[in-house]
Amino acid sequence: MFLALRELFFARGRFALMGVVVGLISVLVVILSGLASGLVNDGVSGLKSLHVTSFAFNAGTMKDNAFSRSTVDAKQVSAWQGVDGVEQAEPMGVSIVNGTTQSDHQIDLTLFGVQPGGFLSPSAEAALSAGAPGDIVVSETAEQNGVKVGDTITLERSEVQLRVAGFTKDQATFGHVDVAYLPLETWRYLAGGETQAGAVTPERVNAASYELASVVAVKAAEGAAIDTAAADEAASTMTMAKKDSFNASPGYQAETMTLSMIQVFLYAICALVVGAFFTVWTIQRSKELAVLRAMGASTGFLLRDALAQSVIVMVVFTGLGVLVGLGLGALMPDAMPFSLEAGPVASATVLTIVLGLIGAAVSVLRVTRISPLRAFGGAR
Amino acid sequence: MNNAPALLLENVQLALGDGDARVTALDHVNLCVNAGEFVAIVGPSGSGKSSLLAIAGALSAPDAGRVEIAGQDVTRLSASKAARFRRENLGFVFQADNLTPSLTSAEQLQLAGRIAGRKDVPVDALLAAVDMSHRAGHRPGQLSGGERQRVGIARALALVPRLLLVDEPTAALDRARSHEVVELLAERAKVGGTAVVMVTHDRDVLGHCDRVLEMVDGRLSELEASAL
Repeated sequence: MFLALRELFFARGRFALMGVVVGLISVLVVILSGLASGLVNDGVSGLKSLHVTSFAFNAGTMKDNAFSRSTVDAKQVSAWQGVDGVEQAEPMGVSIVNGTTQSDHQIDLTLFGVQPGGFLSPSAEAALSAGAPGDIVVSETAEQNGVKVGDTITLERSEVQLRVAGFTKDQATFGHVDVAYLPLETWRYLAGGETQAGAVTPERVNAASYELASVVAVKAAEGAAIDTAAADEAASTMTMAKKDSFNASPGYQAETMTLSMIQVFLYAICALVVGAFFTVWTIQRSKELAVLRAMGASTGFLLRDALAQSVIVMVVFTGLGVLVGLGLGALMPDAMPFSLEAGPVASATVLTIVLGLIGAAVSVLRVTRISPLRAFGGAR
Repeated sequence: MNNAPALLLENVQLALGDGDARVTALDHVNLCVNAGEFVAIVGPSGSGKSSLLAIAGALSAPDAGRVEIAGQDVTRLSASKAARFRRENLGFVFQADNLTPSLTSAEQLQLAGRIAGRKDVPVDALLAAVDMSHRAGHRPGQLSGGERQRVGIARALALVPRLLLVDEPTAALDRARSHEVVELLAERAKVGGTAVVMVTHDRDVLGHCDRVLEMVDGRLSELEASAL
């Protein structure tokens, strides 16, 4: 450390230059992490918040956008309810609608039709009840956009009116669209197409004859294993575990894959830049290192010293970059899908540092191959 | 152990290069240097002087023969054992520009100590002995050639070596400085009891040495005082 610190100070211009590059990479790493988290939230927070083990779609449904395409009937639901290891299975309706608020503000919603009081029901102050079939519980992100409790939302084309009864505790979105929970019967009323303009009344809902749902939401008993293949066979369904079902959210897979690719590139660049710098730096120091070798410095001594330099640079400049990135993140407009979460940012930071150190270590290993005989020879 | 010569080379052979380009660097070299002796080795370029220092300094192993330093056989030490031996027994002064660029004169000496895990190097005394106390806080870039050499000597003596190996110390110096530096080496040998082996092509300074040997085509021979 004695030599490492003094060299860092002596060649501070050079180290600062490389440090700035590392810092900029860190800023990008943080921003990308925020973007990735934001996109994931926008895409599937609605699904994430459901206490579901898996979804059973109608067999043969195309995986892309499966939630909108699939339809299941009562027979399939009861088939799943009888499966070993299944604690609960409920039908769930999913569809996307467009509407306007009373202040003529356009709003898109993904309707989650669920059984009031069932395990899919949102835990909101305003519970869904069959008694007020036109009441919906909307994602709290809508509240941030100016929607208030008691607002009326009029759906396009059908002119059906829904009333905002409350908001979810956390963000619940699906495919970048706010989720609105409503009773399954109301969902069926809307999906059936035989609607009447205006408020949703229990009579109108009861009159509706549509009996289908989009998927069977399955909740496994604690620690139980379900024979999915057999259950699918019996119910003619196709099961996707909760995590896998994220890919059925429109655009999710493409977005996350693109971002992941960019992140991987960034990490690779970081390792290579740091590696290149330390390779050149070690070459520049080779005469000095040869002299130290001749003086009897052990390989361990030289390696520790060289690695100490890379550790200090990586930790300091990555730290600075992360701070700047967090600052910039706070300035992001609300409209952007951006969310800085401690876990992802922390692991991205650690990964950046580790990869930079690996890049440095590979070049620093050259130190072990410097022969002390190089100390001889004339002036440079 | 105390009576053993500081350096003993017995029938040392060393060849460099491959195939057609194979050259005999050291040819049946015998050399005995006692504690406190100041020995100079002169000879034309390419005569093998640097190879001799490398062998004597446990930096490379000979093809044949024995190398003994302060009574210990160092002929075939492993790299890490040789490194340990060097830091505990040897001091090196190289031609030029061999100080660490980022350290002040005082720190150069401290580093020498830390290589051996010691923080008790008498930096002030060492710098005073080479008349560099006033430049203790300067880095090599701010020192003249002669000053750098003197710091290099102080560094080489930091851990009180039994044997000091010096490679062309006056190559980049003018007459006056050359004499100063070599006088310094002579004084250290006498006062400190360190054996000093100096390779040089500068015939001017040989008067300060106890013995002078000549190296020609890999062979070492003692020179008469009158031949100087």
